[in-house]
Amino acid sequence: MVAISKIATGNGHGEDSPYFDGWKAYETNPFHPIDRPDGVIQMGLAENQLCFNFIKKWVMEHPEASLCSAAGVNKFKETALFQDYHGMPEFREAVAKFMGKVRGGRVKFDPDRIVMSGGATGAHEMVAFCLADPGEAFLVPTPYYPGFDRDLRWRTGVELVPVVCESSNNFKITRAALEAAYEKAKEANLRVKGLLITNPSNPLGTILDRDTLKGIVKFINEKNIHLIGDEIYAATVFMEPEFVSISEIIEEVECNRDLIHIVYSLSKDMGFPGFRVGIVYSYNDAVVSCARKMSSFGLVSSQTQHLIATMLSDDDFVDSFIVESKEQLFKRHKSFTLSLSQVGIGSLKSNAGLFIWMDLRKLLKEKTFDAEMDLWRVIINEVKLNVSPGSSFHCDEPGWFRVCFANMDDNTMEVALLRITTFMHKHNEAMVPRKLCRRASLKLSLSRRRDDFMSQNMMSPQSPIPQSPLVRART
Amino acid sequence: MEFTRKNRQLLSRIATNDRHGENSPYFDGWKAYDSNPFHPIHNPDGVIQMGLAENPLCFDLIEKWIRENPDASICTAEGLNKFKDIAIYQDYHGLREFREAVAKFMGRVGGNRVTFDPNRIVMSGGATGANETAIFCLADPGDAFLVPSPYYAGFARDLRWRTGVEIVPVHCRSSNNFRITRAALEEAYEKAQRSNINIKGIIITNPSNPLGTVLDKETLRSLVSFVTDKKIHLVSDEIYAATVFSSPRFISVAEVMQDMDCNRDLIHIVYSLSKDMGFPGFRVGIVYSFNDGVTNCARKMSSFGLVSSQTQFLLASMLSDDEFVGNFLRESSKRLAKRHHVFTKGLEEVGISTIKSNAGLFFWMDMRPLLKEQTTKAETELWRVIINKVKLNVSPGSSFNCSEPGWFRVCFANMDDKTVEVALDRIREFVLQGKEENNHEADKSQARAQPWRKQNLRLSFSSSRLYDESLMSPHMISPHSPIPHSPLVRART
Repeated sequence: MVAISKIATGNGHGEDSPYFDGWKAYETNPFHPIDRPDGVIQMGLAENQLCFNFIKKWVMEHPEASLCSAAGVNKFKETALFQDYHGMPEFREAVAKFMGKVRGGRVKFDPDRIVMSGGATGAHEMVAFCLADPGEAFLVPTPYYPGFDRDLRWRTGVELVPVVCESSNNFKITRAALEAAYEKAKEANLRVKGLLITNPSNPLGTILDRDTLKGIVKFINEKNIHLIGDEIYAATVFMEPEFVSISEIIEEVECNRDLIHIVYSLSKDMGFPGFRVGIVYSYNDAVVSCARKMSSFGLVSSQTQHLIATMLSDDDFVDSFIVESKEQLFKRHKSFTLSLSQVGIGSLKSNAGLFIWMDLRKLLKEKTFDAEMDLWRVIINEVKLNVSPGSSFHCDEPGWFRVCFANMDDNTMEVALLRITTFMHKHNEAMVPRKLCRRASLKLSLSRRRDDFMSQNMMSPQSPIPQSPLVRART
Repeated sequence: MEFTRKNRQLLSRIATNDRHGENSPYFDGWKAYDSNPFHPIHNPDGVIQMGLAENPLCFDLIEKWIRENPDASICTAEGLNKFKDIAIYQDYHGLREFREAVAKFMGRVGGNRVTFDPNRIVMSGGATGANETAIFCLADPGDAFLVPSPYYAGFARDLRWRTGVEIVPVHCRSSNNFRITRAALEEAYEKAQRSNINIKGIIITNPSNPLGTVLDKETLRSLVSFVTDKKIHLVSDEIYAATVFSSPRFISVAEVMQDMDCNRDLIHIVYSLSKDMGFPGFRVGIVYSFNDGVTNCARKMSSFGLVSSQTQFLLASMLSDDEFVGNFLRESSKRLAKRHHVFTKGLEEVGISTIKSNAGLFFWMDMRPLLKEQTTKAETELWRVIINKVKLNVSPGSSFNCSEPGWFRVCFANMDDKTVEVALDRIREFVLQGKEENNHEADKSQARAQPWRKQNLRLSFSSSRLYDESLMSPHMISPHSPIPHSPLVRART
C-alpha cells in the first residue's frame, strides 16, 4: 500500500454517512413521469428550478452575454485570457449590485470587496483557512447543512462545535445556547475563532429576526470572535418577514467590522449551481486580501463571469427576476404545506429557502435516531420519496426531515403529494384533517432489513452513485 | 505594525504568513509595466510585457470554430435548450462528454501513444488548484516534495501555502543543460533524510517552465524508477505538452510507464488548458492519477474548484471535434516555432544565447556575461536595468529558484508580430550600446554567437540609483491592490 496523505485516507470528506442509502434508492430507480412513474422522487436536492423560462428568455434576448454568439465572439479572446484574481470589474460590480437589490436596497456592497471562490463550497473553506488554524473551532447552530463538516473542516483541520437549537422555541439561536457552546469548546480545550450562521437557514427555511441578529453581533464582539454569515438563500425569502442581512445590522449596532464576513453564491438564488459562482465578502481588509490570493484555487470561469456580469447588470431583468422568483417559491411552498397539513403533517413555519422542515416526530416508533432512520427508509422505499433525515443536519431531536420543493415541475409535485397523502391515509386512524395519530397505533412495517442496504464504504473512483449529495458540490 | 499584530491574533497563520509568495521583489517589474504599459500607438515607449506565459497565437482558429458551432454554447438559439440542465449540473464527476473530450485531447497531445481514461479525469481550479489538490492528497503538513530547479514561481504558493508541505529544490545546472540527473535526485533525497525531512514525492514540469525543454525517455524512466525504489510519488505537470513545436517530441510519463516495471499507484499527472489552448480564464485544471485512492479523493476535493458547467459544455464540444483539434495542434506548433525562431535568431545576432528549447511559451535567456558579478544581487540589478532602460518586463532566474544567477525567462508568444520587432530592436540597441560604451574590440558579426567576456562589460547607467524609489515595496498588497496585473494576480504566470 502506497502512502497517501492523512486527509486522503480519513473520512473528513463526510461521504461515509448512512445518508447515502436514500440516494442509492433514487439512483437505481429515479422517477420519470412517463418512463418510470413509480420511481423515487428526488426531494433531497435544494435546487431552484422554478425560474428557468424567465432566465432563458433573457438569454435569448441578450446574445452579447455569450462569448460564443455573433454578438459576443469579439470578446472571446480577451475573456479567455483573463485570469486576474481580482475578477472582471463588471462582474464584481454586477454581483455587488445584485446583493444590494436582494436586500431591498437597504445596504450597498463594495465591488472591491467581492472575492471569487469555487462556489459557496470553496468560499466556506477559504474563510476557514483565513480565520482559523488547525485545531481551532467555529461554533455552528444546529441543525446545519451537512456539507459544512467537509467544507470547514476537511482540509483545514478546523473543528466545528454545535450550538444546539431546539424545536421547543422553533430552533431559535439563543444567547444561552451560544454561551453553552462556547463553554463546551473551552472545556474541550478548543479555541473558538468564530461563529457561522446560515441566514436564511438551511434546513429550516426561516430567517433570523433583528433581535437575534443583534444579539449574535453583540456576542461575537464580546468574545472577539468572527461572525460568518452564509447568506446564499437571501433571495429565496418569499414572504414576510423581510430578510435582514448582517450587513444591515452592523450599520445599527456597534461592532468591530474586522470580525464580519459574508459568504454568498448564485447557486440557490439564481439556480446556477453548475456555474460555481461563490463569493467571499469581508469587511476585514486583510481577509479580503488573503482570500483574494486564495481565490486562485477556485476562480469563476471568465466565460461565466462575462455572462453573469451582463445578466446581473440588467436592472430591469434583476428587479423582475427577484419578484418572479419570490412568487414562484411562494406559490409552490403554499400549495405544498397546505396539502401536507390537510393530512396532518406539520412543518416548521418558514418563509424562505427551497425546502421545508417537516415534522414527522409523531410517526416515530420511539424518540430515537434509529427510529428516524427506520422511518426514513420507509419513506424512501415505500412512499418512494428521497428526503433528508434531520440527523444528517445534526438536529438534536429525531423526527424532522428536510423536504425540497423547488427542484421539480408542478406535475411531479402533484405525484409527490399524492404519495404522501396515500401513505398518511393508510396510517391515520381517521380521515379527519389534522387529526394526529396516536403513536402507539402506528407500526410501520419495514419491507427491507437494514443489511440490504449498500455498505457505506462503496465510493470507488467510478462511483456508482453519480448523483450522491456530496457529489453535488452542494445539496 | 499594530494592524499586523492585531491580525496575527485575529486571523490564521496561513493568512498572516507570506507563503502566498507575493512579497518577493519579483513584483517590481510588474509595477513598471502597469504604470507604463507598451502600446504601439498610444505608448510606443512603454514597457513590453514579456513576463507572461500566455498563448494567444491561435485565437483566429478558435473564433472561427465558435462561429461555426453555435450549439457549443448554452446561450445561443441552438444551445438554449441545454441551458437549464447545464446550469443545474454540479456533479463533481464532471460532464461525461467533457471528460471524454479532455481524455481524447490529452491522448492526441501525447501523439496518440497513450489512451487516457475519462473516468480518471478529475477537475480542479486550473492547474493552480490541480497542483494544490495533488499535494493535499499525497502529503501531510510538514512533509516535503522534491522539485527540480529552476521551477515555476507559483509552486511556492500552490504546493506549500495552505497544505503546509515543504519544497526541497533539486538544483540543476547549466553545465549539463539543467538535466535532472539520478545523482542529483539521490543527493537531494539523502540530504533531506539526514535532516529528518520526510520526502513524499517529486514534482516535475514537462515540458519545463521556465526552460522550454522536454524530458527525454531516459530521464523519465530514471524518474519513474527512482520513485518506485523510494516508494514516493511522482507528479508530472504536463500543462505545456501541446506547446512542443519541434523535435524531440513530447513524451508523457504515462507513455513511459507503459513498458516499465513500476508502481502505478505512485504516478499522477497535472494538466490544464491554460497554456495548450490559451484559455487561462476558463480555469480548466485536471488531476489525472493512476492511483484509485487518489482519484477518489481528488474528485471529492474538486468540489472546491469545479470547472463551470457552462465551460465544460463548450469545451466538450470543441475538443471532441477531431478535425478542429488536429488542425489547431498543427497550426499552434507552427506558429510557436516561427515566433521562437524569430526571437532566438534575433538574439543570436547580438550575441545573446538561450538554452536550446523546443517547447513552452518562453525561452531561457543567458545573460550571465552581462552580470557585474555572479551573484543574485547583480542579477537583480541587471533585471532592473532591463525593466527601466530596455523597458522589457522579463523574469529573473532567481524567481524560479535557479541556483545560477544570470538567467532570465522571456515570454515570446503573448504579443503580436510588430511588438516582437520592437522588443528585438530594444534588445539589439541595449546590447550594442553596452558594446560601444566598453570600447570593445571590433565585433565581426559572424553567424556564430559570441558570448561576452565578462571583464569587458561594464554596464553604465544613466541614473546612479539602481532602482527607483518609486518602485513599490513588496508589502503593499492591499484589498484595492494597485497591481492589478501582478503575476500572482494572474492565477498563473
